[in-house]
Amino acid sequence: MLILSCPNCGERNVSEFRFGGEYNPRPPDPDACGDAELAAYLYLRDNRLGVEKAWWFHQAGCGLWFLAERHTKTQEVLKTYVWQADEAREGADDD
Amino acid sequence: MSFKLIRQALNGNGLLPRMWRPRPVKDRYDVVIVGGGAHGLACAYYLAVEHGITDVAIIERGYIGSGGSGRNTAIIRSNYLTPEGVRFYDESVRLYEQMATQLDFNVMFSQRGHLTLAHTDGAVRTMRRRAEVNKLQGVVSELIWPDEIERLCPGIDVSDHPRYPILAALYHPPGGIVRHDAVVWGYAHQADRRGVHIHQQTAVTGIDVQGDRVVGVETTGGYIKTGTVLNATAGWGSTIADMAGVRLPLTTFPLQACVTEPLKPFLDVVIVSGSLHVYVSQSDRGELVMGASVDPYTSYSMDSSLAFMESIAGHMLELFPFLSRVRVLRQWAGLCDMTPDYSPIMGFTPVHGFLVDVGWGTYGFKASPICGRTMAELIAGERTPDLIRPFRLSRFEEFDLVGEKGAASVGH
Repeated sequence: MLILSCPNCGERNVSEFRFGGEYNPRPPDPDACGDAELAAYLYLRDNRLGVEKAWWFHQAGCGLWFLAERHTKTQEVLKTYVWQADEAREGADDD
Repeated sequence: MSFKLIRQALNGNGLLPRMWRPRPVKDRYDVVIVGGGAHGLACAYYLAVEHGITDVAIIERGYIGSGGSGRNTAIIRSNYLTPEGVRFYDESVRLYEQMATQLDFNVMFSQRGHLTLAHTDGAVRTMRRRAEVNKLQGVVSELIWPDEIERLCPGIDVSDHPRYPILAALYHPPGGIVRHDAVVWGYAHQADRRGVHIHQQTAVTGIDVQGDRVVGVETTGGYIKTGTVLNATAGWGSTIADMAGVRLPLTTFPLQACVTEPLKPFLDVVIVSGSLHVYVSQSDRGELVMGASVDPYTSYSMDSSLAFMESIAGHMLELFPFLSRVRVLRQWAGLCDMTPDYSPIMGFTPVHGFLVDVGWGTYGFKASPICGRTMAELIAGERTPDLIRPFRLSRFEEFDLVGEKGAASVGH
């Protein structure tokens, strides 16, 4: 079974967590988005075959939402960490 | 077919002619189809049969039918939730009914009836709504109660003992199962006979886009010049589209299934339970073929998990307690490209000549014939047939989604 390390609680079985989807930063000003940009944010995904940064929720534990970098084929977890404010800026730069 | 078999047997040479043959990869084709599953092969077949387009190549990384077409649980039905979905899948059922004759190959289609069980008041309401939507579209579909469920399926536990007792079921008599490998082989044979090239063990490594138009495909068999590329993959929908610079609303989840050891025939309907996350049918060999919902997180891994086996075994025993000593023979997984609205994506993309037939989630196999036929019509006529207009890629930026989650065979 996949083992994830919760930043609060340490290593736990994946069955304790809920998957929250790939990391997909919100547009800086959602009200100013056109339809295409809003649809891209809502629906389009990289769905990468490789290392994917995604949200996880420690549902059966401390209730923390955190980020994990996991290889979607080999299931190797590279790191898990708590979201920081500079994460959003980095994501925004990617677009 | 049967006379041919007898003749072959009497001849003594024992071998039927090859179903399809390897051919050299040409340096140009009119149409290149990525993915040698039932969808891609059906499209090639209909391009040849209905539109006279035979300069077509199927590029398959493994062997034909090795992806979703060989990993599904072979259930055919058309009792969907949206009118668009019901119309589309009902055409598919009709084509399955004619398939053995058209392909001159026994696909063992058995319309044994399909029961979707409801264990909660909410589920009963959804079933009633589906039954009415289905009837409006001319599809036979009826809400039935535990006494009739027990008559159709003796042995199922309709008592109030289980944690989630069975309250009602959506009964869909035309639903059933088919031999999925035979569908792939039948299409491959008929397409090959008409001049379609099937290249197995050949992977697509790149898609050559110049300006906003496809001009060729890089494969492990060499560069192929072409103006039309169809992405007919499952599990690699995003990966192949990325080669053409197209981003899709897909997320890839594994879906697991298993079969038990053969038992005497006792189950002649397909049983599906959304609340219990299980569906089961008995194959002609007597094995119980079972599947469940997709795994709880995205993955490209086709590994089997114990968590799946524990969950499906527990749920099966709620429905059929007498199966407690039955052993499981095989377990496997296939990849499902899920879309936000649980409907597929078919048709044009912003890149001219790059077409998609992806995002089939957990119900791609049952759509193979109609999907192949409508995609062939789209390629030949360069316009979207009305039947698949609701499933166009641009529906997402038009916010015109086709919500089909309520008819997904099990909850997601």
